Amino acid sequence: MDAQPTKLRIEPLLWLLFSAGGVVAAFFIPIHLFILGIAAPLGLTKATDYTSVAAFLAFPLVRLYLFVLCSLPLFHAAHRIRYTLYDGLQIKHLNEVIAACCYGGAVLGTVIAGYLLWSFH
Amino acid sequence: MKSAATTPPYTLNHPRWYRKRVSTYWWLQRWEYLRFVLREISSVFVAWFVVLTLLQIYAVSREPEAYDEFQSFLKNPFVLALNVISFLFVVFHSITWFNLSARAMAIRVGGKRVPGILISGPNFAAWLVISAVIAWLLLRT
Repeated sequence: MDAQPTKLRIEPLLWLLFSAGGVVAAFFIPIHLFILGIAAPLGLTKATDYTSVAAFLAFPLVRLYLFVLCSLPLFHAAHRIRYTLYDGLQIKHLNEVIAACCYGGAVLGTVIAGYLLWSFH
Repeated sequence: MKSAATTPPYTLNHPRWYRKRVSTYWWLQRWEYLRFVLREISSVFVAWFVVLTLLQIYAVSREPEAYDEFQSFLKNPFVLALNVISFLFVVFHSITWFNLSARAMAIRVGGKRVPGILISGPNFAAWLVISAVIAWLLLRT
């Protein structure tokens, strides 16, 4: 990270989103992924059936929770993927393209989550 | 001030730096490096979880038939396998994240640094409690 004084000003905010997303991901994602992706398809629970999920989504607080659960971890992932590509593959010349794609993807995911959850009824 | 004005400008001697070329596969050379890269790659699976959740919300927002499709998608053996791998990675993320918090937070009490286990320990405990509460909320139906 050198010779980009104008680009660096947004870094603290991006790092804050990365950190907050890391905390949310660490505390909340494993149990959700286990129930949705493993337990339910194996028939161990009916928690992800249509009626149950629709009933949960009727609560505005649940939708707000899901918005945070989707948005912050996306920024966390964007930050990590960006630096893994940067360090791992040593493609410094593509730095700006990678950063734009990673954070752009996170913003896009956040907008989609916001739209889906806001318009849900 | 006078001497500075009279001294000719000093040019720094700048020999070409010798830098060893780092292999593209540097992260395969040591277990610590590989572990670091695997920790970073866990974020790809975090992103996958978000995609899965958005697909689920989208399916619910339509009609029950669309949701049946989503559920049969989850039962696809490849998707199930991907989710098992993703689960292992997000658990790895949680463990490394809580262990890291102990190193990132240097809390001192009475001039002594609080040992890491006292910082990561409560995090692990909170993780268990949160997971249990979420599981209870989702599974009681």
